Amino acid sequence: MAESDPRPIDYIALTRETYAGLGYPPYRWALNEDPPSWATLGKPLSEARLGLIASGGIYRHGQVAFTHRDDVTHREIPTDVDTAEIRVTHFAFDPAAARRDPNVVFPIDTLRSLVAEGTVGELAPMALTFMGGIYSQRRLASELIPVLVDRTLEMGADAVLLVPV
Amino acid sequence: MCHQSVGLVSRAIERKGVPTLSMTSAHSITTSANPPRAAFTDFPLGHTCGPPDRPEEQRSIMHDALALFETMEQPGIVELDYSWPAPWKEEARQPVDHRTPRHDTPQYQNQDDRSAAVAAHGVGVACRPAAPGDIPRC
Repeated sequence: MAESDPRPIDYIALTRETYAGLGYPPYRWALNEDPPSWATLGKPLSEARLGLIASGGIYRHGQVAFTHRDDVTHREIPTDVDTAEIRVTHFAFDPAAARRDPNVVFPIDTLRSLVAEGTVGELAPMALTFMGGIYSQRRLASELIPVLVDRTLEMGADAVLLVPV
Repeated sequence: MCHQSVGLVSRAIERKGVPTLSMTSAHSITTSANPPRAAFTDFPLGHTCGPPDRPEEQRSIMHDALALFETMEQPGIVELDYSWPAPWKEEARQPVDHRTPRHDTPQYQNQDDRSAAVAAHGVGVACRPAAPGDIPRC
């Protein structure tokens, strides 16, 4: 059966409608009209060190889990981790698929296979994870983003893949 | 919200001279956050990198996405050529609040995780109370 409306879902409009139905004021989404910075990969991807940052509330067995209320901490997961130790909790999406196969939001086996076949040079030693459901853009910018930027630079990543949910 | 956060992180890293690529399944939010490079998969939220237990399809999606580091010449969102088995959009478009309560203590996937974190970090950290004097209750 085909979709009755094949266009991508407009989650900004949908959130506005959902919140209005609950009597909440509309959420003010980040609107960046200024163009982003643009950096280029100075070497082939097959020779590059790739960083992974995932925002799906992912942690490793033994780590402290994320809270669900504007948690601006992050976790570091070795990129040679046993995938069976990956956990996912989140308040805003159904984690059932991600718990069965973490690669849907934390593509660690996928990236390791791309390294093995030579498409990607290597992975940065640690993947960085956080709970992306942060409503306060101010706290995100002042507390979490500087840490993620610093760790990325410290690990010498030539490029970074980011995965939201 | 996750898509917004990732967009803002992506812009900040690129500003330091490191190229970034964001996966996205929320086109409108990513358009608004405006990261340098995004690969759009028109999938239900929670499956940004593909369907579970389909490693070959996941690998193909990621292969196409990462190629954008070498092929894109200006900022934008590129729609990858994959689709999710229809129909799923009509239900996903209903204005229903699917969020679970936003607890302010660590939320473990299972009791084993909680026990392992308590053993490694102590109950005061692993079950961080919401306020001083609160009983840890994760």
